[in-house]
Amino acid sequence: MNILSFYVSRSYQFLRGEILVIPSRTIALLLCLFLLFFPLISANDFILRVLILASIYAIFAASWDLLSGYTGQINFGHALFFGVAAYTAGLLNYNLDLAPWATIPIGALAAVVAGLVIGIPCLRLRGTYLAFATLAFPLILLGVVSAISSITGGERGFSGVDPLAGSRVASYYIVFPSMMVLGFIMWKIADSNTGLIFHAIREDEVTARASGINTTRYKLLAFCLSGLFAGIAGGMYVHFMKVAGPSTLELLLSFQVIIWAVFGGIATIYGPIAGVFILYPLQDFMLSRYLHVPEELTMLIFACIVLIVLLFMPQGLITWLRDKTEKICPRCKLQNVATRSKCRVCTADLD
Amino acid sequence: MAENIIINGLVLSGVYALLAIGFSLIFGVARIVNLAHTAFYMLAAYLIYSLAVTAGLNLYLSIFLAIVIVVITGMLSYRLVIARIRQHEATTLIVTIALAVILQEALLKGFGGTPRSVPKIISGSTEIFGVAVLNQQILTFGIVLLLLVATWLFLMKTRTGVAIRSTAQDREVANLMGINVPRMEMTTMAISAALAAVAGALVAPLLVLTPGMWTHPLVMVLAIVVLGGLGSLKGSLIGAFILGFAENLVIFLAPSGSYLKTSVALTIMIIVILIRPEGLFGVVFEEERG
Repeated sequence: MNILSFYVSRSYQFLRGEILVIPSRTIALLLCLFLLFFPLISANDFILRVLILASIYAIFAASWDLLSGYTGQINFGHALFFGVAAYTAGLLNYNLDLAPWATIPIGALAAVVAGLVIGIPCLRLRGTYLAFATLAFPLILLGVVSAISSITGGERGFSGVDPLAGSRVASYYIVFPSMMVLGFIMWKIADSNTGLIFHAIREDEVTARASGINTTRYKLLAFCLSGLFAGIAGGMYVHFMKVAGPSTLELLLSFQVIIWAVFGGIATIYGPIAGVFILYPLQDFMLSRYLHVPEELTMLIFACIVLIVLLFMPQGLITWLRDKTEKICPRCKLQNVATRSKCRVCTADLD
Repeated sequence: MAENIIINGLVLSGVYALLAIGFSLIFGVARIVNLAHTAFYMLAAYLIYSLAVTAGLNLYLSIFLAIVIVVITGMLSYRLVIARIRQHEATTLIVTIALAVILQEALLKGFGGTPRSVPKIISGSTEIFGVAVLNQQILTFGIVLLLLVATWLFLMKTRTGVAIRSTAQDREVANLMGINVPRMEMTTMAISAALAAVAGALVAPLLVLTPGMWTHPLVMVLAIVVLGGLGSLKGSLIGAFILGFAENLVIFLAPSGSYLKTSVALTIMIIVILIRPEGLFGVVFEEERG
């Protein structure tokens, strides 16, 4: 009983001291709670479908951020991980009747292997070369997948994969909490020592190596981790859509993930997640359904929104908002509301 | 079979070479990865269609107008959009993709998704070594060669060309030597857009136009410049011929070749950069001063 009250009071203190003092964190918490209990308010199949897909893409965009935002290894072919996992999970389920709880991890492992396979040759490349070389891998696989249509269903893909769960709401309660947990894990990784080393590799690889860091190993680690999370997203996607098709490997998806991540703000993890939750519903239905934009103009307006936002906030929307509403204490490096003149913990002057 | 491979290979490689050199130029001079490059090529093809077929203008006049409009579009998008965010590398990528998507969607809105075709500049065919070759193909290849030589002469022999090359080598020193760097970047952007527009004008009669026609050339151009070495014009030229012919060989010789053509071309690129990470003729860029 004592222990219980101890934890309750600790979490209450944490809530008051770390979350409620900063409006952005409060809003994020409220949004998470709202989305968590959303099916109780409305079980509209269509909205749930959009939210489920947004969660899947959020994991995917955050995994791109872990690799490209933190380590600076710009990956133009991130759809490779998604597609490899989607096809692996789909084929295993379709041909061997393995359940989703088995196929998704196996698909994610396949994506980790894909991360190693493209990570090792790409270690020698940097910058723009790396970006263009990674672009090639999903397209190579796409050609192969289309050519062996007897196994993969060719350009139309194959349907008949088992659904993730019996009902839409159940799927939602699998995907959305997984998104929160995986997002939290990625955020913790990015915040840990490993994440610091990723930062160092992006900022100056030579200096990082001179400081005794095996940058090769860490870059491969970044490829594998990123592949793991993107693979989980890919596996969930194929079981949710019940179709494995070439759209999971297409150039558009690779570009899309970069658009989401950069729009939200790279090297933050929460930026890409927020980016997906803002942009995906917008491009999927909000423009045409609520703002009465004709269907054929949605993509045009979507591209214009992305263009205009990035022109004025080149670092990304969420990063821009964060910099406007928060200040970092120069002494203890904690986040403070921009209106404060003294740090909330160490009372140092905030400039 | 062999003659088809050679003729189509030459034409396709020539067009890729024009696109890749334009892309390489603006990357070398301004360090901008312009993913909207092939969208300019598509825009030119569609402009010719709308001016010549829909508005009924003279074909030569509409080609000229199309090139001018594309160059203006290119310069405006550089001045108004790309120049503002170019120091953020990832943002540049997204913004240029957004530009390409805007062009694609505008064309889709204007012309619909139905494939369109443009009349040939010259019709008929000529027999060379017993093989019938479309006159349009000969013209395309001839103009490509002419333009490549002209670009080379321009860069090597004229004052502006030398200024552009020195800006590509070292922006700051070029600036100190009295070269107007922003103007050189603008000029390069104009040349690059013009090369893309000419490529569009040349292939428009040979292809069907769809608003999605920019993605495949974009992938190939990226592969070509990496294969040849970023910033190297010679590399882009040779890369274009290697991948253009590889694509045609696969289309004609391999089973289900049209699916595999991109895969094979990209695999060649991967193999080359595995052996030589800076591409065939890559210039290793010094770390830029901060």
